Amino acid sequence: MRHLLSLRELSAEEIETLLDAANAYAEHSGLAAPALRGRTVATLFYEPSTRTEISFELAAKRLSADVVRCDVDRSSVCKGESLLDTVRTLEALGADAIIIRHSAAGAPHLASTVLQAAVVNAGDGMHEHPTQGLLDLLTVRQRLGRIAGLRIAIVGDIRHSRVARSAAWGFSRLGAKVTLVGPATLLPPDPEALPARCTTSVEDGLRGADVVMVLRMQLERQAGGDVPSVREYAAAYGLTEQLLAKSAPGAIVMHPGPVNPGIEVRDEVASGPRSVIAQQVTNGIFVRMAALVWALERELPFVDSRSSFVDTGTRPTTNGQFVRERSAVPASAADTE
Amino acid sequence: MIDPSAGLDRAADVLIVDGRIAAVESHLDARADVPVIDAAGMIVAPGLVDMHVHFRDPGQTHKEDITSGAEAAARGGFTAVACMPNTLPPIDHPTVVEYVKSRARSAACRVYPIAAVSKGQVGQELAPIAGLAASGAVALSDDGVPVASAGLLRRAMSYASMFDLPVIEHCEDLTLSEGGVMHEGAWSTVLGLRGIPAASEEAVVARDLLLAEVTGARLHVAHVSSAGSVRMIREAKRRGVTVTAEVTPHHLVLTDESVQGFDAAFKMNPPLRTPADVEAVREGLLDGTIDAIATDHAPHAPEEKMVEFDAAPFGVIGLETALGVVWTALVQTGALTPADAIMKLSTAPASILKIPGGTLRPGSPADLVLIDPNRKWTVDAATFASKSRNTPFQGWTMTGKAVMTIVGGEIKHSDLEVEARV
Repeated sequence: MRHLLSLRELSAEEIETLLDAANAYAEHSGLAAPALRGRTVATLFYEPSTRTEISFELAAKRLSADVVRCDVDRSSVCKGESLLDTVRTLEALGADAIIIRHSAAGAPHLASTVLQAAVVNAGDGMHEHPTQGLLDLLTVRQRLGRIAGLRIAIVGDIRHSRVARSAAWGFSRLGAKVTLVGPATLLPPDPEALPARCTTSVEDGLRGADVVMVLRMQLERQAGGDVPSVREYAAAYGLTEQLLAKSAPGAIVMHPGPVNPGIEVRDEVASGPRSVIAQQVTNGIFVRMAALVWALERELPFVDSRSSFVDTGTRPTTNGQFVRERSAVPASAADTE
Repeated sequence: MIDPSAGLDRAADVLIVDGRIAAVESHLDARADVPVIDAAGMIVAPGLVDMHVHFRDPGQTHKEDITSGAEAAARGGFTAVACMPNTLPPIDHPTVVEYVKSRARSAACRVYPIAAVSKGQVGQELAPIAGLAASGAVALSDDGVPVASAGLLRRAMSYASMFDLPVIEHCEDLTLSEGGVMHEGAWSTVLGLRGIPAASEEAVVARDLLLAEVTGARLHVAHVSSAGSVRMIREAKRRGVTVTAEVTPHHLVLTDESVQGFDAAFKMNPPLRTPADVEAVREGLLDGTIDAIATDHAPHAPEEKMVEFDAAPFGVIGLETALGVVWTALVQTGALTPADAIMKLSTAPASILKIPGGTLRPGSPADLVLIDPNRKWTVDAATFASKSRNTPFQGWTMTGKAVMTIVGGEIKHSDLEVEARV
């Protein structure tokens, strides 16, 4: 049993292993079937979610696990049951893995301290969203054939974003250069703390980017007044075709969803030819399958990359094949930039 | 024997008669019928004085009460404590002062009430300061929250100075720290927890130093945690501003990195800050900018702390670990002499609050601590006398322990391997 709590705490090798397995599931649906037969997976979502919760459920079902959903709004949580008592209850009911989404950073960590069951973080406050990070990595790897050496621009409300944190750790671990772009009040309080460069200039941040990841403006997580108005934010940082032209030829556009239409990204960009948003959603199932199998320490599928990895993107690698880059990435954030 | 109030640091005997120090001599011959405690190899010092504890009594006695808190104090070598007024109801009226004093009569150490600056501690109007002073409050504070209004604080300071009461400030600008749960910096960024910037403390320290200067009143800055606060207090003292300051044991040894496991045992306000801040508060302690070490003993029940970091209340307990932390981290390492440590833990806080204690001068109350400077022990919260367990030092190995605590000539705690011989 292993907990998946953050990408910061995973090595490059562990991340690669998870991506390889997810890619194998993506390409060979037959690999999945019985891996978690007889295992019970519980989802415990304290915050609303569409794609994450459903894709975790689908992932568990495709692996033949029994899936139960603890509906927070109709459970004993409403009677004031604490997080720890709730997860202990789920474990006593037989859960082998508990998938937790919570508005408080560290809630999955806390749960993991009292459980034998595996805890998978499905997003905790402003901390991390590791499976989102993995699906972002997988999507880029499928589209562009590699991670190492790419320039990744993440644009938006970085300060309140667990997606940005997981992406920054994941992409930098695998050797990409990450730039965080947003107004000063939405950048991290300590820009040095993350393995990324920070800039308030969207032109500067997008210049030469291979990947433009647009974040959702987290209206519900803002204390209020971080920017003068959503309109002002959208005018300066909303991703338009014009801005996208600053990025590298063939750059792809990502968004973790759900999109605030017309705020952080124009509709014609979000649904345009560079957008890989739908593929991100689909990949969510595959990385969550890999995450569950990894957490429960069952055997992960492996497919020889030379014969099976097909580059589906617009930029084939030089030799026409997927080339695995296992550059030595330092473990600590401070060493990477 | 160490007595910073008399510059004493040598082997000596002490005679206690009727609860008071009768004599301190190089050698005293005891009459046959007088009990003798052999403290060879131990340090005998004035009992420790903690000028900042929360005993939750009245109102939240599931966390602590005056009896259990005083027992924890005695175990830690403290013979006197001053308890903060953020109780339910707050200590903002002479009747509540009387209640604390009445509960204190049977407690294991001396317990002095600190009274509120404002009625209800809500920062709107002055508490009845004259009555509070007359009934025995030793200081005024709205601790737990800052006095947000500079105007109200200025009036409180002016008024309090008529009664020679210090005003103890919890310095925090809530508009800068709102929603914060840990120090704002590298770790809050990584952990995705909302930050409490050092500036939220420093902005109010700056304001309060100005008001102390304007009013000439005695300002005491509670739990100094940031380098900027130390710098400003140092500068103000140099100019003669009547300010004193304290630091907690945890701010002397722990940093914000401790929060990375999301364990609310490391959640307190002010929060643990950076290594540079720890360095600065240590420097401030050594150069006299910071006068006293105070625990900010803040008990919370386990079920209150074993929750999401955001949801847990601020505060850690400290009475039973303070001496061990100071001895292990500062005295054993040579940063602080034993006499300086006693100064910071006893003589200085007693003198700031103008309460008995902090001295072994003949005639003063026989409040003493025996410290075994070499006793190694491991912190196990399960054995604490406090009702609460929320220590950030669980499992730490300490060197230095209070092995006997004597209050008014009575042994209130003994862990001495050689017992008294009668």
